[in-house]
Amino acid sequence: MKKMSLLLGSVCLSLICATVSFASGTIKIGALFAVTGPASFLGEPEKRTLELLVKEANEKGGINGQKLEAVIYDTGGDATKAVQLATKLIKDDKVSVIIGPSTTGESMAVIPVAEKGKVPLISCAAGIKITDPAKHWVFKTPANDQVAAEKILTYMNSKRQKKIALLTVTDGFGASGREQIKALAKRKGFTVVADEVYSPKDTDMTAQLTKIRGIKPDAIICWGTNPGPAVIAKNVRQLGINIPLYMSHGVASKKFIELAGAASEGVMLPTGKLAIYDAVAKNDPQYKLLKSYDQSYKKAYGTEASTFGGYAYDAFLLATGAIKKGAKTPEQIRNGIEQSRKLVSISGIFNISPKDHNGLDLSAFEMVKIVSGDWALIK
Amino acid sequence: MQFDQILQYTLSGLSTGAIYALIGIGFSIIYNATGIINFAQGEFVMLGGLLTLSCLELLKLPLWAAIPCAIVVSAAVGILFERLAIRPLRQPTPINLVIITIGGSILIRGLAMLLWGKDTHAIPPFSGDEPIAIGGATILPQHLWILAITLIIIIINKVYFYHTISGKAMRACSYNRRAAGLVGIDVRRMVLFSFIISSAMGAVAGIIVAPLTMTAYDVGVMLGLKGFCAAIIGGMSSGMSTVIGGLLLGVLESLGAGLISSGYKDAIAFIILLLILFIRPQGLFGKADSERV
Repeated sequence: MKKMSLLLGSVCLSLICATVSFASGTIKIGALFAVTGPASFLGEPEKRTLELLVKEANEKGGINGQKLEAVIYDTGGDATKAVQLATKLIKDDKVSVIIGPSTTGESMAVIPVAEKGKVPLISCAAGIKITDPAKHWVFKTPANDQVAAEKILTYMNSKRQKKIALLTVTDGFGASGREQIKALAKRKGFTVVADEVYSPKDTDMTAQLTKIRGIKPDAIICWGTNPGPAVIAKNVRQLGINIPLYMSHGVASKKFIELAGAASEGVMLPTGKLAIYDAVAKNDPQYKLLKSYDQSYKKAYGTEASTFGGYAYDAFLLATGAIKKGAKTPEQIRNGIEQSRKLVSISGIFNISPKDHNGLDLSAFEMVKIVSGDWALIK
Repeated sequence: MQFDQILQYTLSGLSTGAIYALIGIGFSIIYNATGIINFAQGEFVMLGGLLTLSCLELLKLPLWAAIPCAIVVSAAVGILFERLAIRPLRQPTPINLVIITIGGSILIRGLAMLLWGKDTHAIPPFSGDEPIAIGGATILPQHLWILAITLIIIIINKVYFYHTISGKAMRACSYNRRAAGLVGIDVRRMVLFSFIISSAMGAVAGIIVAPLTMTAYDVGVMLGLKGFCAAIIGGMSSGMSTVIGGLLLGVLESLGAGLISSGYKDAIAFIILLLILFIRPQGLFGKADSERV
């Protein structure tokens, strides 16, 4: 009985706290980003983007008169830390929605926390496991790796390139890409003739490529994030390999061209439209948004906006989209996000449904080729 | 299996191995002068590359001036490291020293992250990047630079240790520190020297490899470990055996990745390391009580 009253008391107290925070007219957005550590290339632009967006929204008087407050924590890319910080966001900061984490591993670890705390989680990681199968409280903004892989294979099919050599990095991103491509290849009638890997810090991949050259595939697909793919592009050029080289969307930034230099010529990859918005048709529904994001990011931080920052942008759009429609509690925000249809964003156009908590399709990517140090759309 | 493939594996392995050898010699020199393994050795490799980048981009120096500048600054960091972290230690037991070098390496890496950011950076090759064909295999001009510079450094090393007073003094320290002190050799000065030489050598390795592999604040970790493997294979000698250890490691890695499976590339290095430590702790070429210089 005593326990019972204690419980009731604490429930009342938390209700009062909750009412107080709503009455003050601010909506708290929690965020978990890997700002430092190995995934900082994701976390840093995400943090900057969210800070920029919250500032802009508040300067315009907030949303429906309510100010926004971002509570951003750095997970360092560590899943254990992400779980602790997620608990802190829910229990201490009492946020209405959580954006992040930046990586798939952290996201998978945080999901049970968000589900238990009944707070919507909008992950900025690409792993397919996050939203497949769809979980009540969990959404994610980057398109599935599978969609990018499918984009490449669809293009290869049109060029009748049927024998694939895989060269993937031995981290979560590479392993997931390798699995997806192999599954897709089987379904679509491709044959994987070589399946090589490299570790994220490798500095020379000529051994793998020499082996691949000996097998004579129709195309090489390399799945990794910088700097590995840049080393591979250089090695391909060194070995004089004349096989089409495809990369993942993981290197869809100018940094790759800068690192690989002349060796990046002719490399093909699927990319979100942000990297190439100059080349996108002016009447594309995303064009205006992409341009304004890139320009305001450049103005605030002096560097180009990246696809990764775009993931946080989209998570913000999804959350505030729901808030604009009057959602206040975490439950209402969750329902609002699930009803997002034809939401024009940085990564693509979201059509979220109870069965699909990502909502992006093949149209989220464009195939590009690197020609004289810049992106060129492949029609 | 074709001949040109094997040739390619070997050539790639040799050039990677030359880098491992340079880093490995850095490990050995400090080990011989002080009896400690300096796990911050990899960080000097990172500093070499990143400092060259800064000299090129911030100071707008030409490449030939940027390189010595980066080496000098790295050596200065080596001096600071020895003065601030190694020398003031009250109880210089090996375990304390090793932990300090690990702490030092984390500190240097952290500072580098703050200074240069987390991005990977590219450095232009010394002389173009048109591939050179050698009997069916291809290498880049940068590979020739790596092999040549490694060779020159080994020769300088040899001359220094066998034909100069301070080199001989350093060898004396490695045989017996106490005795060296008794005959009037300033052992602490020799320790400082060893840090200067090996940080400069680490920096050279970092600079000549950067055009091929790019550089970032965290490249030192893996390269440092591979260099350590090379030094272990060579029995912690600062002479030819560590060089051969490095080359052997590079070639085995490359052949292993090409002929067996690329998934085991790093495993190969560490299996060799463990085998050597278990079976021949004195190194592959050492006699049980070998000279270490």
